[in-house]
Parts: sequence; C-alpha cells; structure tokens
Amino acid sequence: MIGAVAIGVAAGVLAGLVGVGGGILFVPALALLLDLGQLEAEATSLLAMVPVAVAGAWRQRSYGNLRLAEGLSLGALSFAGVGLGVLIAESVSERALEVGFALVTLLVALQLVRRAVGSGDEHDSRAAAA
Amino acid sequence: MPPRRTLQLAVVGTAAGVYSGLFGVGGGTIIVPLLVLWLGYGEREATGTSLAAIAVIATLAAAAHGLEGNVRVAEGALVGVPAVGGVLLGTWLQQRVPVRVISLTFAVLLTAVAVALLWP
Repeated sequence: MIGAVAIGVAAGVLAGLVGVGGGILFVPALALLLDLGQLEAEATSLLAMVPVAVAGAWRQRSYGNLRLAEGLSLGALSFAGVGLGVLIAESVSERALEVGFALVTLLVALQLVRRAVGSGDEHDSRAAAA
Repeated sequence: MPPRRTLQLAVVGTAAGVYSGLFGVGGGTIIVPLLVLWLGYGEREATGTSLAAIAVIATLAAAAHGLEGNVRVAEGALVGVPAVGGVLLGTWLQQRVPVRVISLTFAVLLTAVAVALLWP
C-alpha cells in the first residue's frame, strides 16, 4: 500500500514534468501492487488521472502553455474514440490487454529517451512539419 | 474555429480516445506529437494543452468504464490523491534538476514495468 502511494507520487512527478496524465504508472501500480485485474486497473487509472490532469493543466496555464479552447474541444471530440476503446477493452482477454499495455509502456520509455537525447530540436521538427 | 482545424482536432481526439479507453492512459503519448507535427504547436504548448484534453478524455473514459462496473474508487484515490502532490513536486523539480536526467530515470523505470508485465 505504501508502494502504491509512492508510485502515485512518482506518476504525478512524471505528469508535471512531461505533460502526461500519469496513467502509464497508475495502471501497473494498481495491477502489480494492489492486485487489480488489468481491465479494472486501466479503468481505475482513468479516474485517478482526472485530478492530476486538471492540476497539471492549471500549472501549465500559469506558464502560458495552455490553449484552453482547443484542448477542451480535442477532449470533447474524443467521445466516439473513447466508446470504441472501452468496447475493445471489454471484449479482449486480460492477458492481451496486459501485453498491449506493456508495449505502450515501452513506447513511452522510448519517447522519454528521445526527448532526453534530442532536447532542443523542437525547431527542427516544426520546420519538417511545415 | 475553422472547420478544417475542428476536423483535425476531432481526428486527434478520436485516436487519443481509442488509445485511452483501451489502455487506461490519457493519450498524451499520441496527442503531444500530433499537436506538434500536424497542428503547428510548440512542444511546451502541446504539453499544456494535452493535459487539458486528457482531463476531459479521462473523465469520459472513466465514466464509460464505470458504467461497465470496472472502476474501483478507493484504489483510484489511493494512487490519484498522492499524485496531485507529485504534479506540484514535478513542476518544482523541473526548474531545478536537468529534465534529461529525470526523463532517462523514468525510461528505465518504465522498461522495468514492461518486463514485469510481460513476465508470464
């Protein structure tokens, strides 16, 4: 239980630093430390993420990093995708969800490494997209 | 907001929504790169705006999962409430510790998590 609280704090630190909601650490904390099933861990992670994302967005707003109207529009326009995602999660096996989530974890680890190695190339990537 | 921009936001939102509902994460992994590469955001703006989107997406997805009876509220509070303190600590640390060091530390932690999950 202390481990779960510690992972909660770590998830928040990651959220504050990188701008994610913390779910990438909530899900394994709930599944591995509190013995929830993978589906329950994922669903519960989403609930835990709401206050974290609100606090993070509020902090970022004070730094002038938030386009609120577009962020809220993006969120509201996700409803169909959310429904589809939940439907798929409900219909596949726990093990398939677990393996899929592990792959997502590796993807995020890779993104963090790229960010650490390539910090400062923001202008390059924007030029490439233009 | 011009229709083309609304459509772009809808595409990003739909992709993030599937990812979020399926894996229990917010979708920032998908949202941030798409905002930067497709909608012309700077990295920091994308990060901040992504968090606002995640607040809405996570609420919708938690509600949908809640209807299916998958959400455990007490366990959610156990990790979610300390995390709010963690967010404030994270933004404080950001000003004092090289982000590169922290990013690599978390990359190692996440790789260990993936191994633990894949272990049969």
